[in-house]
Amino acid sequence: MPREIVDRAEMPKQSPEERRSNFREVALGLDPELAVREAKRCIQCKTRPCTKGCPVEVEIPEFIALMAQGKFQEADAKIKEKNSLPAICGRVCPQESQCESLCTLGKKFEPVAVGALERFAADWTREHNPESGCEKASSDGSARSLCAAADGVKRPSARIAVIGSGPAGLTCAAELALMGYEVDIYESLHETGGVLRYGIPEFRLPKAIVNQEVDYVRSLGVRIFTNVLVGTTLDLNEMLDKGEYQAAFVGTGAGLPYFLEIPGENLNGVYSANEFLTRVNLMKAYRFPEYDTPVKIGKRVVVVGAGNVAMDAARTSLRLGAEDVKIVYRRSRTEMPARLEEIENAEEEGVQMFLLTNPVRIISDGKGGVGAMECIKMELGEPDASGRRRPVPVPGSEFTMDVDTVIIAVGQGPNPLLARATQGLALNRKGNIEVRDEYGATSIPGVWAGGDIVTGAATVISAMGAGKRAARGIDIWLRSQS
Amino acid sequence: MFRIMEKRLLAPAVHQLVVEAPLVARRARPGNFVIVRTNENGERIPLTIADYDPEKGTVMLVVQEVGKSTMDIGMMEAGNSFTDVAGPLGQATPIKKVGTVVGVAGGIGVAPLLPQIKLHKEIGNHVITIVGARTRDLLILKDETEQASHEVIFATDDGTFGYHGFVTGALEELIKQGRQIDEVTAIGPVRMMQATCNLTRKYNIPTIVSLNAVMVDGTGMCGCCRVTVGGETKFSCVDGPDFDGHKVDFDELASRQAFFRDEENLARELAEQKRGGCRCHEK
Repeated sequence: MPREIVDRAEMPKQSPEERRSNFREVALGLDPELAVREAKRCIQCKTRPCTKGCPVEVEIPEFIALMAQGKFQEADAKIKEKNSLPAICGRVCPQESQCESLCTLGKKFEPVAVGALERFAADWTREHNPESGCEKASSDGSARSLCAAADGVKRPSARIAVIGSGPAGLTCAAELALMGYEVDIYESLHETGGVLRYGIPEFRLPKAIVNQEVDYVRSLGVRIFTNVLVGTTLDLNEMLDKGEYQAAFVGTGAGLPYFLEIPGENLNGVYSANEFLTRVNLMKAYRFPEYDTPVKIGKRVVVVGAGNVAMDAARTSLRLGAEDVKIVYRRSRTEMPARLEEIENAEEEGVQMFLLTNPVRIISDGKGGVGAMECIKMELGEPDASGRRRPVPVPGSEFTMDVDTVIIAVGQGPNPLLARATQGLALNRKGNIEVRDEYGATSIPGVWAGGDIVTGAATVISAMGAGKRAARGIDIWLRSQS
Repeated sequence: MFRIMEKRLLAPAVHQLVVEAPLVARRARPGNFVIVRTNENGERIPLTIADYDPEKGTVMLVVQEVGKSTMDIGMMEAGNSFTDVAGPLGQATPIKKVGTVVGVAGGIGVAPLLPQIKLHKEIGNHVITIVGARTRDLLILKDETEQASHEVIFATDDGTFGYHGFVTGALEELIKQGRQIDEVTAIGPVRMMQATCNLTRKYNIPTIVSLNAVMVDGTGMCGCCRVTVGGETKFSCVDGPDFDGHKVDFDELASRQAFFRDEENLARELAEQKRGGCRCHEK
């Protein structure tokens, strides 16, 4: 008898009217009953295609089976065998194009809500048993209590420097710590988390969650030093040559904002999405003057670009009090790089989409600020190098829209600080670090790299996957050296 | 970490701080800056390094109270610590043997100028320094300037000390005396650097300026500090802060510096209320 398939659990959300004026998390999470019901939808198929869609190889059917029995903490532990940051991944991974897109159930019905379940397991465990690290880190970091190698393998003693505390660095550090190595993370900003902290807004990824995941990594014995820019404060080659560290991982991210290079871009009121989001997320400008860093938002806002960062900037603008927020994007809806969920969230909140539209210039208000933006209509031509149809301007279709604030969210390049100061580190044409194998080995022996600094701006989970592979590469190398 | 070892009042509302930051001190070069925060709710404040001592592991900063965050620094005492000090940031100033160099400083600009002229003198350039201030009491670091230079001209707008007039007036007199000047380095308020560049452009003297654009992270991540130099957009934090002054769009810089003026005023007023008035007149 065919089993009955219940509907996929919908995660409750704050209503659009309510959430567009607060910074609290939009998606509220499942309750235990709903989580168990959803876990039971998984048919535990033998082929396990979902696992192939996971860049960090989470054993999805196994953790879901534990969830179905109500064993939430065990499920969390199962996930953490492969993924050190489940509460983050459960929130920001594009599951619809990874695990869930391959789900067997999804061929006929809606796929199992893997992301929602992962998030629930992590949140439930944190709320009910906050000390789930293998051992609590010593508070001064001097005599750290290391984990015994979780897999029982005997390894040489070695210290590894991880540069950057974003998703790639945190994952690499956690993996290495679990193998029993000593790991120090160096972070250039005053806070940990990289893009999880400065880029992704509170309403999508609460910073309390980031803190707790970072604390988990610390609990594995990893030390984190903030305010250290490797490349300027310290020299990577020197750290290795002096024997302080036997290996290093570079995960410095895509921190250099691109601009459009059109007239008027340096007017007051034009922000890069990075600046706008850093002010709000890292510096908490939405709570100015309680926090010292200000942010200024006009009534009418245009965000240029259509990726997740653009959606974050548009939705943040609404929450800061903007009345009219438009996304301007030169291609069509199908090519929008943002997750569908984020586009829907933005539209529900009132963000308007101006598609097949490209900015030509930003026009001054006569007082040094933004007054208007001239755009041109586009149409799609032949496919370009990215495989997407190339947008071409429609002659004579220029028009002007009044606007007070323009936010440029058209991507980021690699931050040049470390690369430019590190002798012998090979880069590609775009300034990304060149890697020589699947593990991310660079041109400097003993140095691995991964995440956006290698690939250009991508997703949190792909950076985590790279951090994990690099940890494996470092382990193989260190063992071959001893 | 980041403890204030010494603090000294140089002029009303102008403070000199020696701060423990060994990693920064070890690699600092003239022209570099640091980003500091005074507390967990604080801004990231860019400050040019005025001196550094790798042996003692300290950097010297000179801060003028102009807004809430610099007032917070003014309230700190020796023994207190900054929450964060990150650096050294920015490109070091290119300092080459050219002959005669004139350092031109306005207000507290003399502090970041000092390490540059020291190095100029060290490598064999003849150093003339012109330091301007509104009035006698606002001239700071006089002895240090004299030590670091071969010749010094002090200038005050009101004539209470030295040359009566602006630094540009004093510089133009030098030029008109027929002194050979191979390079000018100007550090100070935007309009002072602009006026200096307008003058040196006329006489074809290469001029380096150190720009104080608004920054957030100071590491190239946000682009807030972008300036137009020779028609191209540059980030002052990673491409600068020093640029060829003849190519800088100073009007744009001045306008961008004023973008958050309302918010800055509000924050300052709230801080002043809380503290019962400003401290500008304390000695």
